[in-house]
Amino acid sequence: MQRLGIINYFSAIANFTGKTLTIAELEARKLHHDYTDLFTRAVQPALWLLVIGQVLAGIRAIPTGNLPYIDFMAPGILAQSVLFISIFYGIQIIWERDLGIVHKFLATPTPRSALVLGKALSAGERGLAQAAIVYVLALGLRVHLSWNIVNLLLVFVVIILGAALFSTFSMIIACLVKTRERFMGMGQVLTNPLFFASNAIYPISIMPNWLQVISQINPLTYEVDALRSLMLIDGPTIYGVPFDILFLLVAMAINVAIAAKLYPRVVI
Amino acid sequence: MDQLTISVEPGEMFGLVGPNGAGKTTVIKMLSTLLPPTSGNASVDGHSITHEAAKVRRVIGYVPQLLSADGALTGYENLLIFSKLYDIPRKERQERISGVLNFMGLTEFSDKLVRTYSGGMIRRLEIAQAVLHRPRVLFLDEPTVGLDPVARKAVWQHIQRLRADYGTTIFLTTHYMDEADQLCSRLAIMHLGKIAAIGSPTELKSSVGPNATLDDTFAYYSGAEVDTAGGYREATRVRRVTRRLG
Repeated sequence: MQRLGIINYFSAIANFTGKTLTIAELEARKLHHDYTDLFTRAVQPALWLLVIGQVLAGIRAIPTGNLPYIDFMAPGILAQSVLFISIFYGIQIIWERDLGIVHKFLATPTPRSALVLGKALSAGERGLAQAAIVYVLALGLRVHLSWNIVNLLLVFVVIILGAALFSTFSMIIACLVKTRERFMGMGQVLTNPLFFASNAIYPISIMPNWLQVISQINPLTYEVDALRSLMLIDGPTIYGVPFDILFLLVAMAINVAIAAKLYPRVVI
Repeated sequence: MDQLTISVEPGEMFGLVGPNGAGKTTVIKMLSTLLPPTSGNASVDGHSITHEAAKVRRVIGYVPQLLSADGALTGYENLLIFSKLYDIPRKERQERISGVLNFMGLTEFSDKLVRTYSGGMIRRLEIAQAVLHRPRVLFLDEPTVGLDPVARKAVWQHIQRLRADYGTTIFLTTHYMDEADQLCSRLAIMHLGKIAAIGSPTELKSSVGPNATLDDTFAYYSGAEVDTAGGYREATRVRRVTRRLG
């Protein structure tokens, strides 16, 4: 009896994993048919690193210790571009709801959490493309990048977690507001506070106290902290990479659970 | 919806007709487990839609009124993804996919992006997606809305063959009376969330008068001469589908 229970448990996990990967595959196939999105998305990190980064580095106004400012900023800009991709992911489910695609998925024997997590992973796929772009830019700007294979693999993990976390957050908002017009407004309202109340382009220590408190509960801070430590040679970390990853993982799991609960409501 | 009671026999082609806004889509959404009923219950192939939703989803196919095939993928890819979601074993996938492509007359277009398909082809692909796993019951919500007469006829033929070849029970909604007459062995006319009449097309016609057409029957039971049905949201949806299919 107990053995049967364990077998059921494993087959449920296998089913969940298979369905999640199928949804991620669907998005990867779409991307494969049209790469233009990836190229247009490259403009923003390029602007930040080449224009704003160079200017801020030139005036030396931001204390970054022994780290050149452009080195400090590069991981922050990668986290930012992954955030910007992910935060507008919710609009995709509103769009797919308007088309009728969501209805059809919901009528298949697919766990709701697999539908959500599969989409979240696909945001990770796009996030990795951003990483490649930021690495190329950073290389051109002579950022002291670490090419340690373990670090690179962990960068991979952190980006997927970050993208999944913010894309599911975005899906939660989409399920609540339900229309494209309202969502567009929300997207703008959310992105900038998340970005500026983090350690992406300046250290937390120079922020006023109230902002420090907000930035310490902002998952983007932990994503940037991990990336800064992993991407750079002798990269600094405040919280430690294991804690950063744990924070991102827990936040993502909570978001997936909430989004899976809300997702079926988008068609009502 | 107001306390609806319908029973559909296995292998039957049953139609739910009524003006826009009568509640047809709501019924289909409930039966396909997308919308939980506020009270009451229904069973699909013996499974309760409230307590056994997961089991219901295994035995049904559902084609929404809206366009549900993904335009950014090829026809083959649309089918491949659904074959995985419906747990069709890896060994059987290719055979099933080429089978439905052939059945729906889409084999030569399988590697083209769906956004290049005609409206009728998209509908046929959507039906193909919904029957890959050989469902016991197929729900079709307004299967020919927005299609030109030739494409409508082709879709009808495929639906009829599906029932003849596989004995699939088909439950469809429509507001075209000729469609109901052509396809359905029995139909129910809905008006304001209730069943106004139920029976075979012939029975319904004779209940209204000796020379009544199905259109007369429809007008008689649904009060369709009064233009109150639909509303902005409904109209937007129908026109959007029509534009995308056209």
